[in-house]
Parts: sequence; structure tokens; C-alpha cells
Amino acid sequence: MTGQIWQVTYIAAAMAIIASIKWLNSPVTARQGVLAGQVGMLLAVIGTLLRHEIVNYEWILIALFIGAAIGAPLAYLMPMTAVPQLTALSHAFGSFAAALVGTAEYYRYASAGKNPGAFIMTALAIEILLGYLTTTASVMAFGKLQELIPTRPMTYKGQNIVNLLLLAVAIGIGGWMITDTAPVWAFPVYIVLSLLFGVLLIVPIGGGDMPTVIALLNSYAGLSACAMGFALQNHLLIIAGALNAASGFILSVIMCKAMNRSFTNVLFGAFGQAITGAAAAQEAKPVHSATAEDAAMLLEAARKVIIVPGYGMAVAQAQHKLAELTDALVKRGVDVKFAIHPVAGRMPGHMNVLLAEANIPYDRLVEMEDINDEFPETDVALVIGANDVVNPAARHDKTSPIYGMPILNVDKAHTVMIVKRSMNPGFAGIDNELYYQDNTLMLFGDAKAMVSAVLKELPALTAA
Amino acid sequence: MNNELELSIYVFILAIALGLELVHRVSPLLHTPLMSLSNAISAISVVGALVIAGSGDAPQLSRVLGCIAVTASTINVVAGFLITDRMLKMFKKGPAK
Repeated sequence: MTGQIWQVTYIAAAMAIIASIKWLNSPVTARQGVLAGQVGMLLAVIGTLLRHEIVNYEWILIALFIGAAIGAPLAYLMPMTAVPQLTALSHAFGSFAAALVGTAEYYRYASAGKNPGAFIMTALAIEILLGYLTTTASVMAFGKLQELIPTRPMTYKGQNIVNLLLLAVAIGIGGWMITDTAPVWAFPVYIVLSLLFGVLLIVPIGGGDMPTVIALLNSYAGLSACAMGFALQNHLLIIAGALNAASGFILSVIMCKAMNRSFTNVLFGAFGQAITGAAAAQEAKPVHSATAEDAAMLLEAARKVIIVPGYGMAVAQAQHKLAELTDALVKRGVDVKFAIHPVAGRMPGHMNVLLAEANIPYDRLVEMEDINDEFPETDVALVIGANDVVNPAARHDKTSPIYGMPILNVDKAHTVMIVKRSMNPGFAGIDNELYYQDNTLMLFGDAKAMVSAVLKELPALTAA
Repeated sequence: MNNELELSIYVFILAIALGLELVHRVSPLLHTPLMSLSNAISAISVVGALVIAGSGDAPQLSRVLGCIAVTASTINVVAGFLITDRMLKMFKKGPAK
């Protein structure tokens, strides 16, 4: 009878998890979706604990408790700007768990001296490879996002060949293990190679490509859970893992499209490395710079303002000041919108979360395709910490590395104001011709300080 | 190919198709919450971890690895769900115009 109970619980868990993703479609039902996900996960754990093959409970409960005691503060203490890092770290734990389960299963079969058969061995091999490589790759991504290691791509000659060779050797050893003729040392070597490949995979990837990479790692973690489902013949694992793999995959495809690049280019292209030299060599061209007071005056007089946030806003934590500025302008009858580029920031949807944190209602945030036609009738486009996503070179300069990438057409606005710390080019190392346009004003300074300064100039104007 | 394997493959194909269909419709506004929710769901590997950590016939080494896996996946579950909820709490619609 208990056999049926856990099976029914698993089915309910699978339904809850599917509903959870479905409800995340709309901001109205999204929180309900999280609740469904939590219920699904709880049912999965309870169902598992009811299974008759589980006999040792104390250690499990201690492990669950320690996990919750670490996970909860992690989620509450991290600032909102650190969401990309946190997600990467959380990935690392999840895929490490999957990898360990695969390892434990392997030793269980090995110590019993039985051969699980080619099919289960294949599933285990995939689970272990993806699990370990996602673990180290996620830790590396965490390090880059937290800036513990340099965010720029690190490349050397023959890097791609070394990586592919390593992967080929790992897959070869995996295949050897599946045929059940491999010596004992093959398994630890397989693990080490998987771990190493994860590190090497992230080394050449720059900070701006993180949205794609995090989504891709999400997909790998899901596939690894799927493989575990095949190995343990557990359909709940297959369903949840597949949903997760599909979601990670779609997001990374969306990110790639938003940059007009292919997967191979993101993973092996080491974007932004070769061109820095060329950009640095360019001679200094004149730019128009302006003060906070000028900016305040223009914004006050505008009818329509579009704000374009980028990673610089996140770094400077300028979203709260920006929200105050928005309120102040709206009170003065200005139409204020935010234009969100799909790859702005360090993870998919990063800007939306930060602006939501600052209490900016989500119906003010407009996606690129919907807002691009509005720039020609916009009085002021205010660019804060964004660079490559507004570079007009992407539209016409065939030699530019970002040629073909869909961009926000801020250059078409009557006046463009750019808040930027200095004239240093952005992550891709490409000079931005937008800065030299006649209708462009540069506001040099830290995003948060500059927005505060503009805000301070505003009330004085209305009093006059 | 036995029946169990055939069934698993069907389940996998259908679940992938369903996932692609569902996620395709998520608005870009919610991409970050979607990432962290599916991150939490990927910790479904806690099921496998529990099975091996609690099993009576697995060797000591496997059980220890299983317990570490339970801890790691619980961190993933708890952090994933809490951060998703924390983010979604902040999404508000503006006053009706």
C-alpha cells in the first residue's frame, strides 16, 4: 500500500511543478507559481521519504536541516544586485548534488560487483559528466560575477583545441566505462576531467556573455537531473529535469538571438578580446559634455523621456535614485518609460528585477521591439550604464564585431544623454559613435551620484 | 530495449516538448524569476540524493556521498525558491491610468 502512496505523491508533485512553470507566464500568477513549485518539491521529498527502501532517517534529516540553514540566509542576505551570482552559486550546489548521486550510484554497483547494464551506465556517465562540469562552471561563473576572478575573457593560443580534446578524452573514458572493461582508475579520472572541463569552459567567457552562459548552465543542470531520472528509472526526475533543461535552453537561445550570435560563438568566441587594441588606438574625438543642471533643465522641459538602463546602473546601485527621478518627472507631466534590451545586465531579465526592486511599476518597462519605433518622437533618451546595446554601429558598420546585433535606437531621439564614468569603451571594447553625435550630451560621473545630482537640480527649476 | 526504458524516453520527449511550449510564452519581464525558479526545480535531484542516502543496502561511501548531496540540493531548493519569491514580491503594476 505504501508503494502506491509514494507513487501518487510523485504524480501530484509532477503536476505541481508543471503548473508552477505555467503560472510563471504572467506577473499576476507568478507568486502562485512559486507556491506550486514549493508544494511540488515538498511532495517529492515526502513521497521519497515514504519509499520502503529508505531505512536511515537521522542522517537525512540532519542533512536537510543543514541545507535549509545555509540556503535560507543565502537567499535573504544577498542584495538584489547579486541575484546573478546567487543563481550561479545555487546552480553549483544543485549540480554538485546530481554529480554526487551519480558517483554514489556508481560505487553502489561497483561494490556489489554487478553490472547495471549499458543503458544505466550511459545515463550515469552523462549525469556525472554534466553534473561535475556544471558545478565547476557555475563556481567559475560565480567568481566572475562577484569579480573574484577577472571578468574579461582569458584566452591563449589553441585554447579551443585543448578544450575539445579534453572533452573528447572524457567522453572516450565514459564510453570505456559503459563497455564495462575499464580499469578502476578510469572513474576518478573521468570525474577530474569533467571538473576541469567546467573550469576551462568559463575561462574564455566575458562578463557580458554571462546571461547566455547562466541560462545554458541551467539547462545542463536540468539534463543532468534527467539523466539521473533515467539511471534511477524515476519519471518525476525526468519530468522536472526536462522542464528545467527546456527553460534554460530557450532562455539561452533568446539571449543569443538578442546578440545576433550563435552558441558556438558565445562558448568559443572569446568576444571582446581581439578588438581592444584597435579601439584604444583610435584618436580622441570631440564630445559634448554637460552638467547635472543642463540635464535637469532638458528633462524638465521634455514631454517624453525614455530611460535605457544597463549593467552600469546595477554596479552603481542607481535604481532607487532613478525611481525618485522618474517620480519627480512624472509629477511634472513628463511621459517616462524604460527601454529594456534583452541582454542588458548579467542575467536574463536582470534590469526588470532591479527596477522592480526600486518600486518602478512593470508596465513602465518596455521591451526593445515595442519601444524602438518611439525613439524618433522622444525628446530625451537617458542612457544609464548601457553601452553596446545602444551602439548604432551594430546597424550599419559591417566591420564592427557587434554588427547585426539588434539595438535600441536611442540615436534617433531628439537629445541623447549618456551617464558614464569615463570614455572607456564597454565590455566588448568597441568605441561607440553615439557619443560623438551632435545631439548627444555626455554626463560624466558615477550613475548614482549623477542621477542624485540631476534630481537635486529639479525642484529648483519648478520653484522658479 | 525494455518497456521501462521505452516509457522513460516517451516521458522525456513529452516533458521537453511541454517545457519548450510553456517557457516560450514567459514574458521577458519575468526571465530572471524564471531562471531562479527553474534553478530551484533542478534541485529535484534531492529525490535521488534521498534515495541513496537512506538506502539500507548501499555501501558506506555511497551513503556519505548521498548525505552531502542531500545537503547541497537542499541549499539549492531553499535558496532558489526564497530568492524567486523575494523577487516576485517586488513586481508591482502601476496605478491604473
